[in-house]
Amino acid sequence: MLLNVTHCTNYKFTAPVHYALQQVKLTPATRFGQRVISWNVEINGGRKELSYIDEYNNKVDLLSITNNTSNISIKCSGEIETTDTNGIIGLHDELVPLVFFTRTTELTTPGSMIRNFSKVITRDNSLRSFYELSAAIIDAVKYKTDTTNVLTRAEDAAQSGSGVCQDHAHIMIAAARYAGFPARYVNGYLYIQDKKEQSASHAWAEIYLDAIGWVGFDVSNGISPNDLYIRVAVGLDAHDAAPIKGIRYGDQDESLLVSVIVEQ
Amino acid sequence: MPLSLTEIMQNTKINNTDINSDQTKTQFDEMYGTTDSNRLPYDGYNEWFKQQDPKSLKKKSNEAETIFRRSGITFSVHGKNEPTERLIPFDIVPRIISSKEWVALSRGLEQRVTAINSFIHDIYHGQEIIRAGVIPEELIIKNQAYLSKMIGVNPPGDVYTHIAGIDIIRTSENEFFVLEDNVRTPSGVSYMLENRETMMQMFPELFASVRVRSVSDYPKNLCRSLNAVAPPGCQGAPTIAVLTPGIYNSAYFEHAFLADHMGVELVEGSDLRVVNGKIAMRTILGFQTIDILYRRLDDDYLDPLNFNPDSMLGVPGLMDVYKAGNITIANAPGTGIADDKAIYSYMPEIVEFYTGTRPLLNNVPTYRCSETDTLAFVLDNLSDLVVKEVHGSGGYGMLVGPAASKRELSEFSKKLVNKPENYIAQPTLALSTVPILVKSGLAPRHVDLRPFVLMSDKIEITPGGLTRVALKENSLVVNSSQGGGTKDTWVLNE
Repeated sequence: MLLNVTHCTNYKFTAPVHYALQQVKLTPATRFGQRVISWNVEINGGRKELSYIDEYNNKVDLLSITNNTSNISIKCSGEIETTDTNGIIGLHDELVPLVFFTRTTELTTPGSMIRNFSKVITRDNSLRSFYELSAAIIDAVKYKTDTTNVLTRAEDAAQSGSGVCQDHAHIMIAAARYAGFPARYVNGYLYIQDKKEQSASHAWAEIYLDAIGWVGFDVSNGISPNDLYIRVAVGLDAHDAAPIKGIRYGDQDESLLVSVIVEQ
Repeated sequence: MPLSLTEIMQNTKINNTDINSDQTKTQFDEMYGTTDSNRLPYDGYNEWFKQQDPKSLKKKSNEAETIFRRSGITFSVHGKNEPTERLIPFDIVPRIISSKEWVALSRGLEQRVTAINSFIHDIYHGQEIIRAGVIPEELIIKNQAYLSKMIGVNPPGDVYTHIAGIDIIRTSENEFFVLEDNVRTPSGVSYMLENRETMMQMFPELFASVRVRSVSDYPKNLCRSLNAVAPPGCQGAPTIAVLTPGIYNSAYFEHAFLADHMGVELVEGSDLRVVNGKIAMRTILGFQTIDILYRRLDDDYLDPLNFNPDSMLGVPGLMDVYKAGNITIANAPGTGIADDKAIYSYMPEIVEFYTGTRPLLNNVPTYRCSETDTLAFVLDNLSDLVVKEVHGSGGYGMLVGPAASKRELSEFSKKLVNKPENYIAQPTLALSTVPILVKSGLAPRHVDLRPFVLMSDKIEITPGGLTRVALKENSLVVNSSQGGGTKDTWVLNE
């Protein structure tokens, strides 16, 4: 499927900023299941200091904001060709060792709910058990916006009984790691036919299964990512894979406006 | 393969007979050996010493303290009931190493540091040592000191351990052991330099009669060594800066001292920012690019954007600039994993794996409490062992079994049972002694040695290093944070 993406992020500061940095991971790469035909990152109000490929093969751009700027916008746009691979990404071919993805993080530390969820996972026929787990999570933790935030931990979201895609992915990842499976967090885009304009990008989990390799699970939608999905950046959790991470000096507040358009 | 309990017992027995038992008999004094005759390296010094008036030596000793106080050389300690800034006591009797001993020792150090550097490169790249089954994967990859952000990064010249301060102890005429590999941010070199300077000032005639190798080139060598691994894009003469956490750091004096002696800037995180994809410091003429950052700040505090976000000491974006290849950081981030004491226990295997040769320097036999059988053994023999935290340093949080009270032993046992993987145990080795000057004359005290190894396009080792001495009779704890003192260390010219 040919998908066109336009992703705008706009930060407004209540007072001019003398110095700030933003670490940006907003460039998808060509890999099994997706081919990047064109991609462009346009920055207004800031400047690109450098770029590199990080340990997970994410492309990272470092942006700086200087000279009393009170507004910065990052506009990503491009065209991606996707194919349906039933969520399968393939064998691990990166430098980061698989066992690294069994490290727990602050956001994915397991508690009693997570430990309970992980009981669903079996070693034999693990793929099926993860689909069962995915169904169990969405059953217990309903999709609901504004009940959690970017700092909500997996266990807390599970206890509260509602959350968004980030929380679902975190719970899945935490349970998988607790059962000894390597798992990671994916940021990306999802094409929804009757909702081309979205207020946020999407996120899901990837779990490593022997003999199959990395497999994606979108708990919120109860499926494995197919040709409607574009994979952008990965990490141990939402913080590690964050599309934009910043540090700012001064007393200002910021307001953030995001618009994502994914269309055919 | 974990050792069985009987094997451990046997090993320990060997240690006991070799090193540990009956300290009075096997105690090795570097001036007198195990007898009362002088050891050769001390001949020249003793000749001089005999002609000295004890009273005037005592006076000199007080004079030394005044010199140190004037130079501002202080050290802060973390502890109760103590002023936070104090002098490290200095003893005026030098510790003397023969040229032959030094050649052997420096070969061992060179081999060890070469292996550690290769080890660090490997664990952040192909992980051959894990594939070969030499070290358990978990111990490295799940180690908190393992920095995933270093995976695949190629530091300039492939150098990680630009400066190493390997702690060496001696137990007999020919036996040297490595006690710790300090490749994170080793300190103490300023004391090495100041100790020599003070001795030369007080006893110029002594240095005329005994030929001692100079240490004063260290700052110059460090500069040269760092310049040799400037980032590839650096044009013209590289700019070096020393990054300090600031005046409240225990080694601030040393940071300022080194910057001054190297003729480079001393900077704090707040002086730096990202400019044109590089790290630059604020100067009165605008921003000036820094090519090489000699950081005296632990990894976690280095960059609030990439590591601990609460760090006020670091430079945001430093790691991004590093990963883009636009700056050299010495020592490289992620190097600290080699200081982990559980990793230390594998050092003989590490040395052999990367150099293909047998280790020239011994490792202290180390029991990994993470192994169930070993833990049982350690608990049974706690009063004979030294127990250390795997991530600890500076002598904090450790138990010296023979010196501990019953209550301390039982409290420590609980800690061990609760978190065994957090500890290793070692036999208490009989550290060699060197006399210090006391009221009644000379009296033996235990010492260790921290030589400083510089690595870049070649390896350079300053002859000698910092000798730390336990000032209390029979004490084995030499750490300056625990009341140890220092001595000038002499390596004799041939």
